[in-house]
Amino acid sequence: MSESNTPKAAPVLRESATFDRLTIQEIQRAAETGIYDIRGGGTKRKLPHFDDLLLLGASVSRYPLEGYREKCGTDVILGNRFAKKPIHLKIPVTIAGMSFGALSANAKEALGRGATIAGTSTTTGDGGMTPEERGQSQHLVYQYLPSRYGMNPDDLRKADAIEIVLGQGAKPGGGGMLLGMKVTERVAGMRTLPVGVDQRSACRHPDWTGPDDLAIKIAEIREITDWEKPIYVKIGASRPYYDVKLAVKAGADVIVLDGMQGGTAATQEVFIEHVGLPILCVIPQAVQALQEMGMHRKVQLIVSGGIRNGADVAKAMALGADAVAIGTAALIALGDNHPRLDEELKKLGSAAGFYDDWQNGRDPAGITTQDPELSKRLDPVEGGRRLANYLRVLVLEAQTMARACGKSHLHNLDPEDLVALTVESAAMARVPLAGTSWVPGSQY
Amino acid sequence: MKTIDLSKSTVRELNQALHDQVNNVQEREWVVTHSDGAHNLAVGVSEAVSIDIQGHAGYYCAGMNQKASVTVHGNVGVGCAENMMSGYVRVKGSASQAAGATAHGGLLVIEGDAGARCGISMKGIDIIVGGSIGHMSCFMGQAGRLVVCGDAGDALGDSLYETRIFVKGNVESLGSDCIAKEMRPEHIEELQALLNRAGFNEKASDFKRYGSARQLYNFKVDNASAY
Amino acid sequence: MCGIVGLYLKNPALESRLGELFEPMLEAMTDRGPDSAGFAIYGDEVGDGWVKLTLQATSEDYDFKALIAGVRSRLQLPLDWFQNASAIVLKIQADEAVVRAVLGELAPTVRIMSVGKSIEILKGMGLPKEISARFGLGSMKGSHIIGHTRMATESAVTMEGSHPFSTGADLCLVHNGSLSNHFRLRQELRREGIHFDTENDTEVAAGYLAWRLQQGDSLKTALDSSLEALDGFFTFAIGTRNGFAVIRDPIACKPAILAETDDYVAMASEYQALSSLPGIETAKVWEPVPATMYIWERESA
Repeated sequence: MSESNTPKAAPVLRESATFDRLTIQEIQRAAETGIYDIRGGGTKRKLPHFDDLLLLGASVSRYPLEGYREKCGTDVILGNRFAKKPIHLKIPVTIAGMSFGALSANAKEALGRGATIAGTSTTTGDGGMTPEERGQSQHLVYQYLPSRYGMNPDDLRKADAIEIVLGQGAKPGGGGMLLGMKVTERVAGMRTLPVGVDQRSACRHPDWTGPDDLAIKIAEIREITDWEKPIYVKIGASRPYYDVKLAVKAGADVIVLDGMQGGTAATQEVFIEHVGLPILCVIPQAVQALQEMGMHRKVQLIVSGGIRNGADVAKAMALGADAVAIGTAALIALGDNHPRLDEELKKLGSAAGFYDDWQNGRDPAGITTQDPELSKRLDPVEGGRRLANYLRVLVLEAQTMARACGKSHLHNLDPEDLVALTVESAAMARVPLAGTSWVPGSQY
Repeated sequence: MKTIDLSKSTVRELNQALHDQVNNVQEREWVVTHSDGAHNLAVGVSEAVSIDIQGHAGYYCAGMNQKASVTVHGNVGVGCAENMMSGYVRVKGSASQAAGATAHGGLLVIEGDAGARCGISMKGIDIIVGGSIGHMSCFMGQAGRLVVCGDAGDALGDSLYETRIFVKGNVESLGSDCIAKEMRPEHIEELQALLNRAGFNEKASDFKRYGSARQLYNFKVDNASAY
Repeated sequence: MCGIVGLYLKNPALESRLGELFEPMLEAMTDRGPDSAGFAIYGDEVGDGWVKLTLQATSEDYDFKALIAGVRSRLQLPLDWFQNASAIVLKIQADEAVVRAVLGELAPTVRIMSVGKSIEILKGMGLPKEISARFGLGSMKGSHIIGHTRMATESAVTMEGSHPFSTGADLCLVHNGSLSNHFRLRQELRREGIHFDTENDTEVAAGYLAWRLQQGDSLKTALDSSLEALDGFFTFAIGTRNGFAVIRDPIACKPAILAETDDYVAMASEYQALSSLPGIETAKVWEPVPATMYIWERESA
């Protein structure tokens, strides 16, 4: 037999699952720089999520609602436990806290415009309230963070609600982070920092630690605002069953729980990927805690972390949330990672659909940057229109599915409308595996 | 002059009455009796009124104060004058933890001692303590001046930004990036003015100055152990 | 998360008023701890060869009479007892181990809350006001007392989960804060023979101290070791036969105030709990520094 007639096949290369190319790249980067990798966004891993759940539509035993005339309500009231002026939103989708500093002023204005058109709220972030956002946002939630950058009573009184932040889903237990290239004169002025420093942020509040002292702090904020405004407590998902009970005992009007899919403007990659909980497992624990205290629907629950479409909204509400918040999705609606930016993103070492170096402040979309030339690219009016469009689609999608389940209000969706496709998602969401009555782990 | 007796009225009534003065000052002088360590006294005041608390106060006394002058004839709990923007708070006794936390302006004078974390994250307030202060004071201090006539506990000025710290007595230990600095004539002048404002009979030249070494302003791997 | 309070009388003339002085201190801590409350009171010492136990059943209707009859017939030793709500105080001229064995046999569901010469621990679910009323705190006499109001953090709200926790004869612990390494420590202490009833982090701290004291450490050495062994945030108040001690972790975020006059030393999480004490206006008031034990004890009789 002649060997020369058989072409030699190229050897098949086998990648290690443990030391894959990504891991090799990261170890070599660490060896070169001596600093942890910092990026924006939320966890990139695949996790049990809303995609693993399905809604059961109407059939013989359950009847659907017609569109248009047969209303499916979407409004929600937040903060009627103690506040004189609870917040009435037209839709149960709010814009999550994102700072001016992390985002450009134009981006904050666009969010305010879009939210107001849609009848919902936006939230300030670590760095304080800008006139642009207060000017545009019909309902503005003012964050009260460990750093207290920009915190002042005049803005407190101008806000419609106050959100005391213990943490966020991307980094429960971590503080804010803003690198020097984004600490411009305006940002530095608002935060009382020298221009260009890498902002170090505290991870604990300076004047209280623990729910017993949080109760006194909530009382203080309520006293300062004459009991008018709802007080939210935002927690990065970690031990939600206990956290929710303690927040209720401390006096929260609304609880915001953020899962690890939730984004951040900048933090250590390891923190994002290895600390936290998927939002799916958080909601049933939180709702159980509220129900045990007789507080479900009395202290409202807003959940966030990977909400992308109306199906996510409907499923989160079916599990018992009163509303959801979007962050990353809102930025994408404004134009983050748009395909037309692909060329420019390639110059930054990334590509459209992959860009997460928001900490560097060179975003060609003009959103996660402080550079004046780049910021100009985001037109706040156009951005607002795009966000309002996206919010409208979220709500229409959710209503369509709710009507198909026979619900005249999104709030009437409940866990019985759901089944799970995998054992993990069934256990986490506490709904049966499709085709069975089995809820794994229900005895725990 | 208006007297509010907290054995008969509530803290809510006190604070509402003070807030009702906004753009409509009916009373310039307020006296609060039977405070008994109650929390949240005179919080969120925003007119130039004077408030005399004749007893001890609990947490967050004069929190977020603007323009008002508050005197506490006793001790105060955690977070006295936290996030104050302007005005004057004087504590005749001692203060608990986090006195003047994150405050942007105004003057806080504590005649006795202050607990741990005095001036934590301060953003422009001037704090003058007649006695000593506890550990972790001026943690992440960003702006303003902290003056201590007694001693300071461990880790003074840890992670300091631009607050200037003056201590007359012993400093147990300095925090990350906080170093002793030269007292130049302009500092002596600055400090003497502060001491005079506080009404303390002290000589600025007896004090030492501490400030940020500014090595943590931009991350360098060699400083990693400081974190 | 919680409120803790303690009162140690230097002036014996006040001993008949201990409960009366302490009751408002406990109630002042209600907002910090609405779930359950408890206290450990010291006084009415038993003599040599005698031991005092506090036992608690799940309800006031428990047939303690029958239990005591059983103990009498088993042990044939002098004893004395009285009931207080769902608890009894049993004084008996016997060794602790002997009594425990008999009680374990006759009444396994009745919990032994405390053992010693002087200590009585009473605790339960409900508001501090309710606990005070239930046990008649206001009319109690004694030399010193520590108490606790509970806001449960990571474990259930149960009678067993309430503080004070007993750590050994005449010793008990109350805690404000949250320990972060209690899980591993509980497993290690179980291997050392320490028994736990709950998943509560404070019970682990109490168990750790009990273990160190059993190993021969003095209270000071045991508390100093605890600063290393226990991770997390804590203010502890420890009751001893002759007094009480206070210690805070090195970071010291959880509050603590001390007040001293010629008549007493008092401790609380917030000053307002001390404001009803006589002479508080002129008391020396200060905050304990971190990682340092403060102790007040009378000499043993």
